[in-house]
Amino acid sequence: MPEQIPFVEYLQLAPTPHLVAHQCTSCGARFFDRRNACASCFGTSFEDASIATEGTVRSFTIVSFAAPGIPVPFVSAIIDCDGTSVRGNLTNVTADPEHVSLGMKVRLTTYTVGADEAGTEAIGFAFEPAA
Amino acid sequence: MASDDVWILGINMTKFGKHTDKDTVDLASQAAMAALADGGVTMADMGMLAAGCLMGGGGIAQMIQKQIGQTGIPAYNVSNACATGATALRVAYMSIKSGECDFGLAVGVEKLSGVGLLSGGSRKDDGKTWNRSGRYGAVAATDGRIGTDTMPGVFAQVGMEYAHKYGGADFALFAGISEKNHAHSTLNPLAAYQKRFTLDEIMNDMMIAYPNTRAMCSANCDGGAAAVLVSDAKLKTLSLEQQRRAVKISASILTSDPYQEACQVLPDVNTLTRRAAEQAYAKAGIGPEDLDLVELHDCFATAELVHYDNLMLCEPGGAADFFKSGATWRDGSMPVNVSGGLESKGHPIAATGIANVWEVCHHLRNEAGDRQIQGAKVGLAHVIGLGSACGIHILEKSGL
Repeated sequence: MPEQIPFVEYLQLAPTPHLVAHQCTSCGARFFDRRNACASCFGTSFEDASIATEGTVRSFTIVSFAAPGIPVPFVSAIIDCDGTSVRGNLTNVTADPEHVSLGMKVRLTTYTVGADEAGTEAIGFAFEPAA
Repeated sequence: MASDDVWILGINMTKFGKHTDKDTVDLASQAAMAALADGGVTMADMGMLAAGCLMGGGGIAQMIQKQIGQTGIPAYNVSNACATGATALRVAYMSIKSGECDFGLAVGVEKLSGVGLLSGGSRKDDGKTWNRSGRYGAVAATDGRIGTDTMPGVFAQVGMEYAHKYGGADFALFAGISEKNHAHSTLNPLAAYQKRFTLDEIMNDMMIAYPNTRAMCSANCDGGAAAVLVSDAKLKTLSLEQQRRAVKISASILTSDPYQEACQVLPDVNTLTRRAAEQAYAKAGIGPEDLDLVELHDCFATAELVHYDNLMLCEPGGAADFFKSGATWRDGSMPVNVSGGLESKGHPIAATGIANVWEVCHHLRNEAGDRQIQGAKVGLAHVIGLGSACGIHILEKSGL
């Protein structure tokens, strides 16, 4: 099996794929990127926090016109994962307004973005409808 | 006795559209000279200059001076996304307020014709080997793989979030907002586009980012706008005609976005606008019910809806019903974007935050011709620069 690496640092592949945020130890605010201090309370201490892998679609758009190289149409969504907002694409769903709806239940899934010259696969995340 | 009020003495916007024979310096200079002439003053009177051109690099203020008059005054180059023009205006306002000078000139200009889609960052080709870079340690570009960075998509999500929270808003309603603004634009000779569209035409236009079709997106175009501001004390020494046409800046507010849970994944354009509105109404000593017209930042049709609520033009959560009532059409109780808005007037980014003030002033001076809102005494101009910055100016007709 080729080596696999997560597409972004905040995606953790093992033991099961999930997102990890830097959580402020003072106020609990969560950030996917690194911060010098908490944007909410200015605290400087952070710990890792696993994000729920199921959530609801709080907002979405179906992008039909994008920068060159981006396959369209695709669904971009804001997912409420048990109180933490996550941005991601929706997958395994037809990208039209009849199949995507506000409030729909979704769950985290992963896919292979591609492999580089060394054969290393980058694994990305997306959300798919939860039955 | 003089107060510490600050007034708009002269103001101008160029025609918005395609200016193939003019560069940004030409357009900025044209607007600046016209604003000076409108105010009956010259560069010799100006005590400071603030100017912005978001896409044009730095130094626009000095370039303008070289075109229209170098007097050695402080020159401020400002950059604040789509709120750049409003920020330049506010720098002039603060300079006068501080007592440093009696006259200030604010200029915004942009050339955007034909630039196409504005995205947060277009995708570069992926490298041959994965290397982590950026704040998220991504091995390749994230736009299109982890949601969208494109402006039509981001603001589509802003509108859909509101729809999810309060209900009542759908594709047809968002398209209806665009229908209104395009209809309004037919009365504005300076608008980039003056074409009325039916709801069907708007909904069946090219889809950009659902629910925003092409007609529901702000129009990239070229344009400049400029304003001359004056202190109350100095205004009182000017002619009666200048005093009569002067427009009072009852509030000049700038906010950035306070931390909100979701702001790291979807820009929160709501909280900072609501805060700016609250501060502006308090400062001006009026409420939204006192406004005769509003120019708000309809960079996309989906954005206009949320700002009805943010500016407190309607009940909290009631923006969809408010629009359906017809209130925001030019013959309604709260005319919004009678200029045609960014969707048809156009959105030359740094010019927008002064051009919307020009539109309001035009009505308060009773000089808006065919599109005059009769008896207009108080108006509000609002812009949002993503990132974010919100500028709000409340403007009042002279009592003379």
